[in-house]
Amino acid sequence: MSTDVAPAPRTVATPAPPADAVAPGTVITGVGAGRGAVVAPLAVLRAAPAAPADEPAPADPAAARTAIDDAFAEVASTLVARAAAATGAAAGVLGAAASIARDPALRADAHARVDAGQGPATAVEGAVGRFVEMFAAAGPLMAERVTDLRSVRDRVVARLLGEPEPGVTLDRPSVVAALDLSPADTAALDLDLVVGIVTELGGPTGHTAIVAGQLGLPCLVRATGVTALADGTVVALDAGAGTLVVEPDAATRDAVGRRAARERALAQDTAPGATADGHRIALLANIGTVEDAHRAAASAVEGVGLFRTEVLFLGRTDAPGLEEQERAYRDALAALGGRKTVVRTLDAGADKPLAFATQPDEENPALGVRGYRLVRTSPALVDGQLLALGRAAATADGPDPALWVMAPMVSTPAEARDVATRARAAGVGTVGVMVEVPAAALLAREILAEVDFVSLGTNDLAQYTMATDRLRGELADLLDPWQPAVLRLVAETARAGLDLGKPVGVCGESASDPLMALVLAGLGVTSLSMSPGAVPAVRFALRRHTRERCAALAASALGAPDAAAARAVVLAGADPEVADLVG
Amino acid sequence: MLERRVIIASASGLHARPASRFTQAAADCGHPVTVARPGQPGVDASSVLMVMSQGLGHGEEVVLASDDAAAGPALDALVALLEQDLDAQE
Repeated sequence: MSTDVAPAPRTVATPAPPADAVAPGTVITGVGAGRGAVVAPLAVLRAAPAAPADEPAPADPAAARTAIDDAFAEVASTLVARAAAATGAAAGVLGAAASIARDPALRADAHARVDAGQGPATAVEGAVGRFVEMFAAAGPLMAERVTDLRSVRDRVVARLLGEPEPGVTLDRPSVVAALDLSPADTAALDLDLVVGIVTELGGPTGHTAIVAGQLGLPCLVRATGVTALADGTVVALDAGAGTLVVEPDAATRDAVGRRAARERALAQDTAPGATADGHRIALLANIGTVEDAHRAAASAVEGVGLFRTEVLFLGRTDAPGLEEQERAYRDALAALGGRKTVVRTLDAGADKPLAFATQPDEENPALGVRGYRLVRTSPALVDGQLLALGRAAATADGPDPALWVMAPMVSTPAEARDVATRARAAGVGTVGVMVEVPAAALLAREILAEVDFVSLGTNDLAQYTMATDRLRGELADLLDPWQPAVLRLVAETARAGLDLGKPVGVCGESASDPLMALVLAGLGVTSLSMSPGAVPAVRFALRRHTRERCAALAASALGAPDAAAARAVVLAGADPEVADLVG
Repeated sequence: MLERRVIIASASGLHARPASRFTQAAADCGHPVTVARPGQPGVDASSVLMVMSQGLGHGEEVVLASDDAAAGPALDALVALLEQDLDAQE
């Protein structure tokens, strides 16, 4: 998961437009993530207000200092109360923010700025800005403190300006609208009351979409104008169609209701994944935590195809100990009750900075020391994790080794051999690597000769093939997994697996697209791992096609001139019921 | 001016939770206390932001100081705190 330290864009607060500013029936288009649909009132996540550029000097500096102290104290006590009510990582984040809100140096700096003639909100922004600069210069270790500082600043400034608290307060099941949702924003949401998510920024493989997928929520990103809608506006959000309809009429409500009902019906089918002629394609879940493992175990999946272990360690300043890791892995395995579980070793760096593993001062972290390359700088961290995994595997139940281990960001057969050597020395029985660098796809045969299996990470494979940052929403068309160049690398890898008789999985988001799932099955991919919420539609699509027909669809996609044509040709050739399902 | 010297025992240095524990204790002790690398100007030991901005690592020596002549026992208590591995106490 990405840790987006950038705060939501800040705007000078303007009153919300009247509810009738957008005509009923207006359709806002975006990029859908997942397939769900829902009709519900909108709750807009309020952007933090910024100090007005012309905030006057305080007439009474002593009163302004008191106002600043009061605002910090109120924010601190609110945060303490929320931390007490929260659990786990959220409690830690809120507690850290509370201790910053109580900081005497921060208040003293703001006081000095008031005495020098600044308005109180401007003074608080300046004081926080000084520490943000100081911490930003200190490298990635301090990145989370920068997020905390900004969150405190936004709350204190809002109080000083008499604006409502930034964020969103839910009192009924709602679709949450925001410019963008940071992990901190998501952590603050009452997920029991969130029935959909729509953002103006972000991409379909970004943090928001991934979180929505894990929660099984309909999600629309790049939906321009949604935050201008009034709180409480009823909307019909259809992730499959990529639309949001404002104040939908009865027909639209019915259509969305039917789609939601069909999704529920699909979820009733819990048989193992297979084509119409019985060729098995394992349908697996992507997880990041032990809680995710419990959720996945409750859904109809055959196991876990991607356990992102770095999620266990985000927000930590120190590497977790051997026992702590072993316990987490054993708990996840126990939750899954002997089902196959593919654990990915630490994928730190780039958009997933870990304080204890991320290289400081990388100009280009996506191309730097990330994934398995960590072994070059912190071999003990890699070996420690493998040892913990080996021990967890040794104590896990089941006739076959349920625990498979794979390393991310491997580029060469020599690296794959190193993974296999270290993992086997640590007691791991089944060892693989991820194919997410074009070099690895091109040498899939040589790499598969070194390990037991490979798994394609299609998000990163598309990023590195197309030289396109996953976080740049405006380049989403280049990141399309239907890009012929990406499909060919997938095909190359799958063919190597077929030839060597070794499993080739896909654990990127493209596995969750029912049409793409047909192509992947046709290419020879043996398992598909995705958000559990995406499994029913993929299962349905596979069941409607023979393996031979999947192979024909794959061949037509590979022959298409561009991404849109590749998808279109598969859509045209797929079973009509599946075509209707994906729209 | 009272001074004490101590080696930071916490595995991650004076960062995150150890810094929180230490600054909270400094704030609660009732005396003005500064913390610094030897020979450098001290910063307010009750400010978690100032303390973290020093980037004090595991095994580094720091000087705790107070202008308050009555702060001796408080400084001793803070020294005892820094002599523990606060990372290990979770």
